[in-house]
Amino acid sequence: MTQDRSLSERGTSPAKRAAATPSALAVRAAGVSKVFATKTGDVPALSEVDLEVAAGEFVALIGPSGCGKSTLLRLIADLDQATTGTLEIFGKPAKRARADQDYGIAFQQAGLLPWRTVGANMSLPLELHGTGKAERVARVAELAELVGLTDFIDRYPDQLSGGMQQRVAIARALAARPKLLLMDEPFGALDEMTRERLQTELTRIAAETAAAVVFVTHSIPEAVFLSDRVVVMSPRPGRITDVIDIGLGEHRDEALRESPEFFDRVTAVREALHGSPVTRAGES
Amino acid sequence: MRAVGWSARRQGEVRGWIAAGWGALGVLAVLVLWELYKFIGPAEGVVVFAVQGQAGSGVMILPRTHDRAMPHVWDMVARLFAPTSGGDTPPLWVSVAGAALVTLGIAAIGWLIGVMVGAALGLVMQRWQLLEWGLLPWIVVSQIVPLIAFAPVVNAIGNQIDRGGGTWPQWLSVAVIASYLAFFPVAIGMLRGLASPDRIHLDLMRSYAAGYWPTLLRLRLPAAVPHLLPALRLAAANAVLGAVVAEVSIGMRGGIGRMLIQLAGQASSDPAAPWGPTFGSIALGLIAAGSVALIGLGLANYRRGEAA
Amino acid sequence: MTDAATAALPGPSPTIVRGSGSAPGQRRLPGWLRWVAPLVVGALIVLAWWFWVDVLGTAPRMLPSPFAILEEFVRRWPIIAQDMAITATNALIGLVIGSLLAMLFAGLAAAARPLDGMLAPLVSALAVIPIVAITPILNTMFGASSQFGRQAVATIAAFIPVFVNVLRGLRQTRPVHRDVLRASAASGWQTFRMLTLPTALPYLMTGLRIASSLAVIAALVAEYFGGPADGIGTAIATYAKSGRATLAWAYVLGGILIGLVFYLVTSLLERLATRRSPV
Repeated sequence: MTQDRSLSERGTSPAKRAAATPSALAVRAAGVSKVFATKTGDVPALSEVDLEVAAGEFVALIGPSGCGKSTLLRLIADLDQATTGTLEIFGKPAKRARADQDYGIAFQQAGLLPWRTVGANMSLPLELHGTGKAERVARVAELAELVGLTDFIDRYPDQLSGGMQQRVAIARALAARPKLLLMDEPFGALDEMTRERLQTELTRIAAETAAAVVFVTHSIPEAVFLSDRVVVMSPRPGRITDVIDIGLGEHRDEALRESPEFFDRVTAVREALHGSPVTRAGES
Repeated sequence: MRAVGWSARRQGEVRGWIAAGWGALGVLAVLVLWELYKFIGPAEGVVVFAVQGQAGSGVMILPRTHDRAMPHVWDMVARLFAPTSGGDTPPLWVSVAGAALVTLGIAAIGWLIGVMVGAALGLVMQRWQLLEWGLLPWIVVSQIVPLIAFAPVVNAIGNQIDRGGGTWPQWLSVAVIASYLAFFPVAIGMLRGLASPDRIHLDLMRSYAAGYWPTLLRLRLPAAVPHLLPALRLAAANAVLGAVVAEVSIGMRGGIGRMLIQLAGQASSDPAAPWGPTFGSIALGLIAAGSVALIGLGLANYRRGEAA
Repeated sequence: MTDAATAALPGPSPTIVRGSGSAPGQRRLPGWLRWVAPLVVGALIVLAWWFWVDVLGTAPRMLPSPFAILEEFVRRWPIIAQDMAITATNALIGLVIGSLLAMLFAGLAAAARPLDGMLAPLVSALAVIPIVAITPILNTMFGASSQFGRQAVATIAAFIPVFVNVLRGLRQTRPVHRDVLRASAASGWQTFRMLTLPTALPYLMTGLRIASSLAVIAALVAEYFGGPADGIGTAIATYAKSGRATLAWAYVLGGILIGLVFYLVTSLLERLATRRSPV
């Protein structure tokens, strides 16, 4: 079992590490801090965060409430601005990356516009950027097939279950073929069975589209199952305390969930979160 | 502008003063617009679609600006201090204040009646859904019926009772009509408020084997407060409106409604005079709504969690 | 902030959500009762009324039997229709212009803080004062032969609920939707068109529904305070004063019909618009 606790370890597989030239990095954060000014004083949400995500890499951000993982994601998405530090998406500043639509984002709430059909929701980013109608229709058909909702294109969000709505949200995030997917606990509001099913689908989609993914979660098994690397964060102030290589390979399937290697990695992440070794049942 | 270190209460007060300041600015803006239009507007107003040679045709969309139609703001104010009808009569503002108080008193009684009737209806409709289904549409329709129609009827019934041995002074008819407008917001607000508690709170009360009355007193009524307060305020404004209109249609002396009509009739010779009772009516509405808002102050705890 | 009194009040159509309201354990009533119950109550009211007038004979002269009123209404339909047209037109003009102005000002207030600060207290004050009280003044300003005074009063009456509701609707966009559009690099105008407007639409419809009856009542009541000698209100006043009770009530029926039509049309629009609301 390889546990990598050194903060200076970047990249995953040697191949990816070799290809990690600055502009091929999906995300490069250096010394990023975020301070919120509230009525009762300043709240430091993030402090001196350094992170690199290579192209095509799946990185999970995990940590307890208040550790800044969602804040970091919002900074990458240019939904908020960093107080200090530099943040580059594919070599560009976050603002330009957003304008160029280099990423797609999915939130914990599906956030579908209730007055638009499933198809219209999926094509929203395309509509905003002047894609022609024929092209939009074709792309929606592709996306619907990708997430398995071909028969529901003309339905309305209120006719869909939570899991299906979330799939529409993921399809929408992929509409403009981004090379980076940002996801903020997208399966948090779903039941466990749906969650596991969607996790399997997400790894398949990420592999098929070769997109980099930054995935915020507070579920340890989810983080381990999905990602190439797990970034462990802790609060007060929000910072990265550990980066753990998962190294379970590109292909993730249901059988993996029961394998000893999987449990080892889960333990590694758990220990990193607790900050100390964890006794397993049956051990003295 | 971060108010570091200021208590939340102080900040709330400051915000209140700032809001009042903006409001005063708004009123000032209206006054300035009035005088500005008087200055630059045509004496006979702006008429569109007028037909040549046909006097009185067309639609006037901006009023006439000469002093008989639009008195200056300062003339209106000065008139308030001049005698009501010449000679030894008290200044206009005194008469207006007196009439306004009379109307306010009647409106208050109308409000009380309306609140009681409305609250009773709300309670009953919440308790039995059949009654809600049966009564609510009619309650809504009742507000579409012009209450003008009822004024003579109520007056006539009142006279009947009066002659038949009971006492029914004329102002009571006005109060009843005022209550007709006031009961509606209270009925709806009460119904909504009593029906507003969460499922989990209701389940909790049920788990304590609490019956209808304890649940009503400890859960539904407190939950209804945020719905009732705006309703009571609206009921007060409606009661004032109902009182003024009823006074006019019954022809009751002493109230501000009649004064409005009287002075309006003399407007050609005394153009600034009708503005006196007009300001009085405006003040009346504001005072009525404001007094009811004071009730809300004591109930602050029940309003926690109220959306802004 | 703008006073939510007028909006908190007849908010969405008065179909109270019963889900959490009925006592746990209360049995569910059959759905058809929803229609039958009010009809039964209506029939009871009419019956009691007729009983009081025709059978007991103790009702005042000013209150004729419901059937006599209906008969008179049908008989006098031509003249009643004329006056109905006047009042209905005044109410409609007031509703349309008041709503348009309200949308304009609400849009401005949502965009500019200072304007909102000035408008909020003014609109709150307008909401509580008896607007019809300014009718005599308006008649002086615009001339006693003009319908403008009544139309202006109806306009103000319609303005207030539409303003309050539209302003609230423009501020109701959910943060997650705003984030979605920002993440898709939507321009300000695109966000307004694709998110803010559809979100505000149901609120606009609610405002129109409330404004419709208020405009009709205002147009009618304003007739009491002077102006030309036409319209339902003046007819009611005239005939009531001269003792022709049945005709006066026939006109009242005309007024009710106008109000009902306005209310039903705007209610229908509201129901259509709130089918897919974001709330």
